[in-house]
Amino acid sequence: MRTLMTIKTLAKVCAQSSAGKWPAIAIAVLVIMASSHRAIAQSSDARHFSKDVYAELSKAPKKAVARRNPLAEDPDAVIAGGKLFEQHCAECHGDMADGGKKGPSLRADQVQQSTPGALFWLLTNGVVRRGMPVWSKLPEPQRWQLVSYIKSLSPAAQPSSNSDKPAHP
Amino acid sequence: MTRDVGPTGHRIFATESHLAGFDLPAPAAFIRKELNRRLTLMNPQTRASRLRAGCSIRHLIRPAFFSGLLALLVGAVAFPAHAQESPYIVTYDHYLEEPASLEVEYFSTFGTQRAGNDFHAFWAEFEYGATAWWTTELYLDGQTTFNDSTIFTGFRWENRFRLLQREHFINPVLYIEYEQTSGADKILKEVEGHDVEADYADPNAVARQEHDHEIETKLLLSKTFNGWNIAENTIATKNVTGGNPWEFGYAIGASRPLALKASAQRCSFCPENFIAGIELYGGLGDRYSFGLHDTSHYLAPVVAWNLPSDWTFRLSPGFGLNDNSHRFLLRWGVSREFSGFGNAISRLFGGRR
Repeated sequence: MRTLMTIKTLAKVCAQSSAGKWPAIAIAVLVIMASSHRAIAQSSDARHFSKDVYAELSKAPKKAVARRNPLAEDPDAVIAGGKLFEQHCAECHGDMADGGKKGPSLRADQVQQSTPGALFWLLTNGVVRRGMPVWSKLPEPQRWQLVSYIKSLSPAAQPSSNSDKPAHP
Repeated sequence: MTRDVGPTGHRIFATESHLAGFDLPAPAAFIRKELNRRLTLMNPQTRASRLRAGCSIRHLIRPAFFSGLLALLVGAVAFPAHAQESPYIVTYDHYLEEPASLEVEYFSTFGTQRAGNDFHAFWAEFEYGATAWWTTELYLDGQTTFNDSTIFTGFRWENRFRLLQREHFINPVLYIEYEQTSGADKILKEVEGHDVEADYADPNAVARQEHDHEIETKLLLSKTFNGWNIAENTIATKNVTGGNPWEFGYAIGASRPLALKASAQRCSFCPENFIAGIELYGGLGDRYSFGLHDTSHYLAPVVAWNLPSDWTFRLSPGFGLNDNSHRFLLRWGVSREFSGFGNAISRLFGGRR
């Protein structure tokens, strides 16, 4: 409500200026962006948040869980997956995949003990309500390369502390 | 004799005889052009029109585009990013912007025009991922019509909402846009209703007198399988300023990366960095005359090059498919995505670090 009033006030002030309504629109857009992001950040403060996200892995259909990684024997898959991780995932999950501001650790037991098929399913479908986009725009082999990389990560030293980290993927 | 046209359509002419008293070293063509520009500015109708409009090129287009350029340069240094952009320029697939990411884009359209001057229309896009299911976007449009003028033609505010949480056989996205543009807008971001080439033949001074306030809705349907993306957009548009009927249009696209597996090396020219495809788009008439009668249609190959440095370049030559269409449209664009942009803005407003 306060944000709405701020936007209206700014719009009124700027509309009266000689430059017209453009500054108001620009400022309003910035306020919307900040507000929406703040809402996301506040929602991620819940301690059960990452548990919810990890729980998504258990929702993968049996058929998806049973899928094998076709690139499991490909020696380049982990390297290529690391490159893709750096490009698409590190921003949220951290450069070392041990969790970031917006994404949980991928070294946690819940992830490392999941099957490649379950990880592939989660990558494909995302967890949209928790902020993780769907990654089906990456071709299937690239998603499998990402799975290879994630499975190659060594488990976290203290898995329990990672799982409590307030974050989402 | 040289002709120049002011924003009100008032035509001013300069001949060699007008230039007889000037002793300037510059070529005669330049002098004529400059003289005409000044005569246009001195014209009371022209000045009044510009004051009414309150948005000359100097006041709007320059700051907008220089701001975009500045954002690109600052962001290129300050923000990490990840580019995996679709090659489409008109069609939308079902992928939204990642949350808190800002994508700054610049696009150009060069169009041929029978019975009129060719044009170069351009727009800047600021696309922001508000959430994983909502992307909001601001467009600033402009155009240059050759032998006429360069003008700002309006803005658009677009929103896309993902309707389903997970991937399905077909993935729907709801698109809602508000447009405030003039009749001189030529970016051809979509084709709808009975849009035909002749609509774009009016001089800018005449076309800009028309002001459109449009609500545009689209249902975006998209599916990706075996590396192929297939997307279909159904468009319904209503100009709310008059008693205009709902107008309809379509866009269909298909695209695929040149390679599906990523290479182990970081490279600019790896085939997986290139996505090629094709778009087909056009109008479907309006509520009272639905169909292909008096509509225009285009077929356009598209290619995108996603660089590891997080820039994306797009190129699309488009070809008109009937006599109502522009014969040729050449589109190109450059974009860069800034991950974490929302975090930085949030911190400005007191968000947590």
